[in-house]
Amino acid sequence: MSETSTSLYEQLGGEAAVDAAVDIFYRKVLSDYRINRFFDKSDMEKQAAKQKAFLTMAFGGPNNYTGTDMRQAHDHMVKKMGLDDSHFDAVMEHLTTTLQELNVPENLITQVAAIAESTRTDILGR
Amino acid sequence: MSLKMITLDDQKVVCQNGESVLDALLREHIDIPHACKEGACQSCMARSLNGAPPALAQKGLKDVLQHQNYFLACQCYPQQDMTISITPPADFFTEATVIAKELLNPETLLLTVKTKQQLDYFAGQFVNLKRYDGLVRSYSIANSRIHADKMTFHIRRLAGGHFSQWAHHELNIGDTLSISDPQGLCYYLPNNPTQNMLLIGTGSGLAPLAGIISEALHHGHSGEIHLYHGSREIDGLYWIEEMQQLAQEYPNFHYTACVSRGDAPQGVAQGRANDVAMTMLPSLKNWRVYLCGHPDMVADSKRQAYLQGASFQDIYSDAFHVASATLD
Repeated sequence: MSETSTSLYEQLGGEAAVDAAVDIFYRKVLSDYRINRFFDKSDMEKQAAKQKAFLTMAFGGPNNYTGTDMRQAHDHMVKKMGLDDSHFDAVMEHLTTTLQELNVPENLITQVAAIAESTRTDILGR
Repeated sequence: MSLKMITLDDQKVVCQNGESVLDALLREHIDIPHACKEGACQSCMARSLNGAPPALAQKGLKDVLQHQNYFLACQCYPQQDMTISITPPADFFTEATVIAKELLNPETLLLTVKTKQQLDYFAGQFVNLKRYDGLVRSYSIANSRIHADKMTFHIRRLAGGHFSQWAHHELNIGDTLSISDPQGLCYYLPNNPTQNMLLIGTGSGLAPLAGIISEALHHGHSGEIHLYHGSREIDGLYWIEEMQQLAQEYPNFHYTACVSRGDAPQGVAQGRANDVAMTMLPSLKNWRVYLCGHPDMVADSKRQAYLQGASFQDIYSDAFHVASATLD
């Protein structure tokens, strides 16, 4: 048998899987009193689109992720609103439970979590 | 494939083979918002001014945005030369004559105008009304498309509201005012006639909703249509009997009047319209939702409707920002 390497993004189901995940994930985030104040109420649609871009990246999909963009985008939250590890942990928790609800195999969840985790220092401006 | 010309305002850019419109613009140092370049974040949305853009460039956009030829520049590989815009177009005004004035309640005026030129609008859109001296305010069109050159508006009198006070007290039948091209994306398209619809309006937020409902019923919309109209007190409501009448005429149309302050009279629900609606309709999965009126109501309801299952693609809203305080 020839060796085929299917990307993480393909194994997860590509864009359709991202859409399904955003649907669940963003509702969890908005319902969580610990973190929903970081999500601007006036611009929820744009936020949802950004969540999609974030999850596409975490799913190993095509992206133009740059740490600098992430830093800039979260800078005022770190400095003015007290964004810290506890909030990042809460988001990670929602990401994991979202994937569990979608019956994503554990080994893939671990890989997604690892990619998402790699943004921690940028998002928290360290 | 050959090279395509992209025209943006007075600039022309050649889009290379296999190059997206976004990349072509960025290559020429044209400042256009963008982020993910993957069609996800929708930051680079632009509008085609010479016909429909490639369908792939519209993937994921709301139906009304597609309808107005918006597209994502990062996903757009032109099939032909394109003229595009990334800023809202300048207002084009035409003349209109007042043909009727009637009070809907002590603070809301039903203004009917006849436009010199027939405007192409969709029920739920708004126009800018301009007074002789240039004072401009936005008002929702309160009727459906079937009325052609006649347009109605619900003008709520605001304390210190220069335009609304003038419209109530000084504007007379036979007077003229200028009226802009119809704008806005909170409108009805007859593309999913079986979809259930929830409409929530506060105060004169009933205006666009009434137009949308009339348009939907005219197109034979067969899904359930639920309207919740709210105000603080019963005096702020209007068209109660008309809406009840409509509900009798169309079995799929349901109407609930709501007052948030004091005791509600017989047949009127007690509470904020959005709270009443969200309690009565706990699951909004696959529903289409229209929200018009007070900005706080619109923002809260958008969030709540989403949490109760509606998709953002299906939520249409128009927040009425006012320049001055309300009468109460």
